[in-house]
Amino acid sequence: MNAPTIEYAELAPLITIFGAAVIGVLIEAFVPRKVRHPVQVAVALLALVAALVQVILLAGTGMVAAVGAVAVDGPALFLQGTILVLAIISVAFFAERRLEAGGDAFAPAASTLPGSEEERILVRERMLQTEVYPLALFAVGGMLLFPAANDLLMLFIALEVMSLPLYLLCGMARRRRLLSQEAALKYFLLGAFSSAIFLFGMAFVYGYAGTLRFGEISEALTANIGQDGILLAGVGLMAVGLLFKVGAVPFHSWTPDVYQGAPTPVTGFMAACTKLAAFGAMVRLFYVAFGGMRTDWQPMLWAVAIATMLVGAVVALTQTDIKRMLAYSSIAHAGFVLTAMVAADQTATAAILFYLATYGIATLGAFAVVTLVRDSGGEATHLAKWAGLGRRSPVLAATFALFLLAFAGIPLTSGFVGKLSVFTAAIDGGAAPLVVVGVIASAIAAFFYVRVIVLMFFSDPAPEGPTVAVPSLWTAVGITLGAAATLLLGIVPGPLLDLAQQASLFVR
Amino acid sequence: MTSTLSALATAVATEGGHGGGQAVAEATGVFDLTWLLIAFPLLGAAILLLGGRRTDKVGHLIGCGASIASFVMGVVLFAAMLGEPSDGRAFTSQLWEYVNAGGYTVDVSLLLDQLSISFVLLITGVGSLIHVYSIGYMEHDERRRRFFGYLNLFVAAMLLLVLAADYLVLFIGWEGVGLASYLLIGFWQHKNSAAVAAKKAFVVNRVGDMGMVLAMSSMVLVFGSTAFDVVFASAEGASTGWVTAIGLFLLLGACGKSAQFPLQSWLLDAMEGPTPVSALIHAATMVTAGVYLIVRSAAIYDLAPDARTAVVIVGAITLLMGAIIGCAKDDIKKALAGSTMSQIGYMTLAAGLGPAGYAFAIFHLLTHGFFKANMFLGAGSVMHGMHDEVNMRRYGGLRIAMPVTFITFAMGYLAIIGIPPFAGYFSKDKIIEAAFADNWITGLATLLGAGITAFYMTRLMLMTFFGNRRWKQSEPPHESPSVMTAPLWALAFLSVVGGFALLYFGAGIVDWLAPVTGEEHHELPMPLWLLITITLATVVAGVAVAWLMYGRRAVREDVPAGSPLTVAARNDLYGDAFNEAVFMRPGQYLTRSLVYFENRGVDGAVVGTATAFGGLSSRLRRLQTGFVRSYAVTMLGGVGVVVLAMLVVRLP
Amino acid sequence: MNAYAPILGLILLAAVFAVGSVAFSVVAGPKRFNRARLDSYECGIEPTPQPVGGGRFPVKYYLTAMTFIIFDIEIIFLYPWAVRFDHLGVFGFVAMVTFIFLITVPFIYEWRRGGLDWD
Repeated sequence: MNAPTIEYAELAPLITIFGAAVIGVLIEAFVPRKVRHPVQVAVALLALVAALVQVILLAGTGMVAAVGAVAVDGPALFLQGTILVLAIISVAFFAERRLEAGGDAFAPAASTLPGSEEERILVRERMLQTEVYPLALFAVGGMLLFPAANDLLMLFIALEVMSLPLYLLCGMARRRRLLSQEAALKYFLLGAFSSAIFLFGMAFVYGYAGTLRFGEISEALTANIGQDGILLAGVGLMAVGLLFKVGAVPFHSWTPDVYQGAPTPVTGFMAACTKLAAFGAMVRLFYVAFGGMRTDWQPMLWAVAIATMLVGAVVALTQTDIKRMLAYSSIAHAGFVLTAMVAADQTATAAILFYLATYGIATLGAFAVVTLVRDSGGEATHLAKWAGLGRRSPVLAATFALFLLAFAGIPLTSGFVGKLSVFTAAIDGGAAPLVVVGVIASAIAAFFYVRVIVLMFFSDPAPEGPTVAVPSLWTAVGITLGAAATLLLGIVPGPLLDLAQQASLFVR
Repeated sequence: MTSTLSALATAVATEGGHGGGQAVAEATGVFDLTWLLIAFPLLGAAILLLGGRRTDKVGHLIGCGASIASFVMGVVLFAAMLGEPSDGRAFTSQLWEYVNAGGYTVDVSLLLDQLSISFVLLITGVGSLIHVYSIGYMEHDERRRRFFGYLNLFVAAMLLLVLAADYLVLFIGWEGVGLASYLLIGFWQHKNSAAVAAKKAFVVNRVGDMGMVLAMSSMVLVFGSTAFDVVFASAEGASTGWVTAIGLFLLLGACGKSAQFPLQSWLLDAMEGPTPVSALIHAATMVTAGVYLIVRSAAIYDLAPDARTAVVIVGAITLLMGAIIGCAKDDIKKALAGSTMSQIGYMTLAAGLGPAGYAFAIFHLLTHGFFKANMFLGAGSVMHGMHDEVNMRRYGGLRIAMPVTFITFAMGYLAIIGIPPFAGYFSKDKIIEAAFADNWITGLATLLGAGITAFYMTRLMLMTFFGNRRWKQSEPPHESPSVMTAPLWALAFLSVVGGFALLYFGAGIVDWLAPVTGEEHHELPMPLWLLITITLATVVAGVAVAWLMYGRRAVREDVPAGSPLTVAARNDLYGDAFNEAVFMRPGQYLTRSLVYFENRGVDGAVVGTATAFGGLSSRLRRLQTGFVRSYAVTMLGGVGVVVLAMLVVRLP
Repeated sequence: MNAYAPILGLILLAAVFAVGSVAFSVVAGPKRFNRARLDSYECGIEPTPQPVGGGRFPVKYYLTAMTFIIFDIEIIFLYPWAVRFDHLGVFGFVAMVTFIFLITVPFIYEWRRGGLDWD
């Protein structure tokens, strides 16, 4: 065995993020508490922006780096760029300190017992949790690697690097800490469970193909060596692991609990970025490695897509908590992406890339708006409290309505173009019946989005309703950017669609 | 790529063509400025809605100015179009490429032809008059600026709808008018009924929109495009099954927007909006978008006789339903709304007759736009004088107190019931002729409709302007200011001469539209003079019955019990009950059962307890009693299903 | 099928060892019972008192366990590198130094945050 060659230049975005995360840990160790917060925020933002610049400079690359373990190609770079943009906005939301009287959305020390004297002292002294930034950077690093992983081992490592920090972040809410910790534990247990299943599937696939590289697995499929039973079981189990991460039915049950319990900025980050990364990995795995056996996995994905769209849309109808509603909405959106996934061609890849980008932006914005509607107990997430918000704070309500309309796929929002592109991709790929279900599901989904809009604009405000907090520049800029992008991509989607189109070719 | 595609499509359109087979030219000169039509009101809306309080003082003037500018532009384009040869009056101008997803490309391009210019003039002309009228009507409303902003937004969206050269772009306008409509129905959101009505309109329209989306999806599947030129040119090559399906999907979309059976229920509630809105959106323009859609899709319906039959049936049912509902309503606006449904039913029916009826559908649409807007604004004027009273049983004898409103309203009345030479006579008579020429049943339905129309309009007229005075206020109601009566005069004038002028001025509307819609003549089963006589006799009979019931006898202020049919009609012929039974109940059961499964079967704890923040510690204990376990079990079940699904696929 | 024969053999061997050793201790072991024997096994020291029905462990145990894992992983990777040191050359050396550095970072973090102080 000889020394491998590593293409450092092509892997620069990953190295930057991981390096910054390590620096973040050292900052925790050595920098005094008082200045830790600004330093951490600065390091995180600098690293993310630097990585974004590196990704942009790499645009157009199509190669396999690190001895075939990491692909640097269109889909990977597109998703990495999108994830980095979303992560920059997320970090800005993490850094918001005006809403909690000098604190942020996180518990000062996640290890203190909820309701204990120790916790009260920390809150009084305005202690800040700064470990979230290195954790977020590690998660982002994993997310960048996940859609780029080109062999099974790297895929699994990326999955874990992405997930472990997220489990922690979920348990760090400042308010309703028990709910938050419960969410974290549930997410961890179920995540570990799904990782185990995923790993089990990997073992089967390796048992069939005798290799870990996607390209070589694809060749093994063509050569048709080994036993089909092992392969099919392996692909099925790996699919489960990935479907869990994207929140597809029947592997969705964690989503509402975790989305509700996690600190809202983390929920937004998770809902937007994890879904992007997981779909990216899924598309690469299924198109590049298992593309030769698509007739085997397409029917399974059909069923999952139908179940996901319908369960997501229908169950969302009865939700009374805004975060849970958005969670079910995200489940339904996973179903819409799956419709294009079934088509399994380059058009579908482009459509998925575009959809994910628009969905991520709108999701992040929507959750950020949720952080601003507050009452004495923190965020007022019960829907009844949102009644009449449009009269008290028309701009905020209109912004939220814009995001909801984008989710509903109303024309002139980015969501419409996204749905259009995934549905046309699905039709082209021969999945027209799936599109019919998709159209019905999105009509159902439109009801509950509109219910919220009607509630905000046409209902009388509750007497002890929440107030709309005035955010600092961090959140304000983030939400404004999200809203502007949602509208702009609805009117002139051409450039981004072209970009997605150009970026839709996988390197093998 | 795009330009070659559209050039190719143009070439195809020139060769084979659809309907009349008119060549579509690239827009040059003044036609290249078509986008200004939309830009003016859009700019107006932007200024009014984003400008904030600074524009409060001049808001209404900006709104009117934007609409009138667009109208002037429309007239200029119309005049320019007259200068072109009759088969070369269609122009496209591409604005930008909207979507390019793989093989599917959508351009935002505008198509200006004889059909769309007719709509442009109706929308901007009647729209401008209603803008002017609203200055007076909304004078005391503190949110008047916003109201004008919404009106401008509506006009812009409606123009996009009729100028679009691609179904997808049309759909954007379609949703845009919907949005403006919900905003305006719910404009007085402090009224609970207005909020409910807005919501209902939205919900019902989603069903219609689903039809639109399915139609477009089918087009992408069959033709690979939603552009008019490509779809129409290649429609002949598609199988009849697909063309029929597309026709039916489009019909579903049209039913939602145009309040046709079975999606008619929202229109009556929509009357909660300010009256100018009812006149502009829910009488003259937006609700006729469905008819536009069907006529525009002539090339598809020409190839799908089954879909056309469905259109005729829907039109016939709605025209009778709307008329019957109109007979029983005591609310003046709801009576007019029933009438609108019924008249659109006429148009839909005519459109369903194919090339023989397309032009007449549009003809009636235009005259209806004149006289119905006229009457709605008249009703608004009455309400203005009567302190927003809408119950006709509290009116009576208003012709003396409000002479201008009475005279202008009477013009509209004579037009709608079809007395020659008023506008409605020409347009409705043409539809009745075409219907009889097609078959006896539709002919009789239209004839019966004409009789009922005469009845309920006479009833409305008598209850409002004649008979004993039933209002309670001490001083007599005052006539509206001239800013409101001037538009009434203008519309009354159009109600009088509009029909005659459109039919006989120049070559007439039928020849004007022929290059777009095609032309076809049927033989009448009886001499024309006989049919006209029968029609007029029916109308006179309707008037006479109404006079016997409401003119000779004093109108009671309380609501009489009425026959079962009257009761049914008062309840909108149980449209809501129908919706509830057919759509809502099954939907609710589905939702409940799914939610039941999600809650009880899977995540029982959280829904119930997440909201009630009582025992936090007990929540932690709950955690240990194994709800994660039940999630994990679900997942494991899912794993089994997925792996099994993978294996089963390979089996055969 | 031949390829799986060794695995089957291993499974068999493990089963024999597990069952066998338990059975053997029952047969051969002396039958004396006292308190120390019935207590839970904690490296020969006095067991920490525990409430009935499980109860909580001090979090310190986990910290110690994780510190152990840090070094454990380090060893696992160091060993094969040492074996192939000649072939991997400078690349391997740099990689290993980086790795050791990265392993040290959490250790430093633990130390600075007081994870190594036993009250």
